[in-house]
Amino acid sequence: MSLVACRDVVKRFGTNTVLDGVSLEVAAGEIVAIIGRSGSGKSTLLRCVNGLEAIQDGSIRVGDTTINAPGADLRAVRQRVGIVFQSYNLFPHLTVEKNITLAPRVVKKISDRDARQIASDVLAKVGLSEKVNAYPDSLSGGQQQRVAIARSLAMNPDLMLFDEITSALDPELVGEVLKVLEALASQGMTMMLVTHEMGFARRCADRVVFMHQGKIWEQGSAATFFDNPKTPELTSFLSAVLH
Amino acid sequence: MIRDFGLIDVGYLMLAARWTLLLAAIAFVGGSIAGLLLTLLRVQPFAPLRWVASAWILIVQGTPLLAWLFVFYFGLALIGFPISTWLAVIAAYSLYASAYLAEIWRGALQSIPRQQWEAGSALALGFLEQLQHVIIPQAIRIAIPPTVGFLVQLIKNTSLAAVIGFVELTREGQLTNASTFKPFTVFIVVAAIYFAICFPLTQLSRNLEGRLHVARRVS
Ligand SMILES: Nc1ncnc2c1ncn2[C@@H]1O[C@H](COP(=O)(O)OP(=O)(O)OP(=O)(O)O)[C@@H](O)[C@H]1O
Ligand SMILES: [Mg+2]
Repeated sequence: MSLVACRDVVKRFGTNTVLDGVSLEVAAGEIVAIIGRSGSGKSTLLRCVNGLEAIQDGSIRVGDTTINAPGADLRAVRQRVGIVFQSYNLFPHLTVEKNITLAPRVVKKISDRDARQIASDVLAKVGLSEKVNAYPDSLSGGQQQRVAIARSLAMNPDLMLFDEITSALDPELVGEVLKVLEALASQGMTMMLVTHEMGFARRCADRVVFMHQGKIWEQGSAATFFDNPKTPELTSFLSAVLH
Repeated sequence: MIRDFGLIDVGYLMLAARWTLLLAAIAFVGGSIAGLLLTLLRVQPFAPLRWVASAWILIVQGTPLLAWLFVFYFGLALIGFPISTWLAVIAAYSLYASAYLAEIWRGALQSIPRQQWEAGSALALGFLEQLQHVIIPQAIRIAIPPTVGFLVQLIKNTSLAAVIGFVELTREGQLTNASTFKPFTVFIVVAAIYFAICFPLTQLSRNLEGRLHVARRVS
């Protein structure tokens, strides 16, 4: 059974249909890269998968929870689905360690000591052990984004969603964040990631999904996707981003 | 019979300032409790409760404090519920403070970017947990200067309570003036006492603001 199953998902903002019948399955351990033009609904799809946005039609299942069912336990879902945003969204009033331990302590009721152990483990994973007591605004963008990843990992999720997490970074900082993603990939983490880094998608993703006008327009294995686009929309998108 | 304005009168004025301070303190505490409730009502997701809170704030902010003093003191008595001067001033000033504090605090909460709430939700924090651990700690720093600013206003506005016979600093000044007929001296002393109360508060607010800011920066 797949870990994530979206079936005919429809999401509207007022009269604007942003997701127009999206069906997508993601198997455990799979890495799915989502690409597409601005406004095609990529972020919205990720936000629907962890219930930050309600959907108007269709269904989304994560594990054995149908998250759009009335009374679905979204808190339980969000503990298993991490999301990292383009703008990091660290808590500026808390140290790196407190940013990371907050949810384990408050949501999972993990003891202070265990939570700090978790923080030190996940910080080691993103290579920032020495920043444990730093405040977010003393870190570079790349470091803040790695802390944001560590903060999500601290909940020990089954699935990670990444929404253009390198887009706000200076070019020389992109590499350090992608390296963290590659390490996660090699540890078998299931990931859905919206990205403009085509090289990274080709190298790391199992599957690439091209979204256009709220639909999954075309998808394929990373190996063949970029070389044999089937639709003119993807052809023109790829020629635009790969110059 | 006119007597001289002496040191003893300064003493009486200072004693009367107790009531100014006590009234301001009680109204601030009462207003804070009600204001906090109103603030929470205004940010929680259930719309009808938000409307109730907004209506309360609009009505109180759109009417003079003096009208509320009259409502509680004369109005209630007219319909058969006479209350003491103390109770009437406490009720009127708490009501008044609740609306302004709620507005200040809501502004502070709403100045925290939406993404901070969202980051909390994404980590599976509930609404109240997001408020407690993410939003309020950041909002407090923003709220302190205007809150203290309002407290200063509140202290000065307690002088209005004189109209229903509540004896505080200003009323005591009027009484002293009536028997000494030294309006300039008397009211300079009254003003100086208000200033002596309010000035340290303003300074305190500046210090707190600076200190909270530094605490965040140190790494
Ligand atoms: N909260 C919202 N309210 C109203 N409309 C929204 C909201 N969020 C997104 N939209 C609209 O939904 C559409 C898709 O937005 P989305 O952010 O999913 O696009 P995207 O593919 O992630 O684009 P980008 O590459 O620019 O991030 C856009 O037209 C956007 O204006
Ligand atoms: Mg987006």
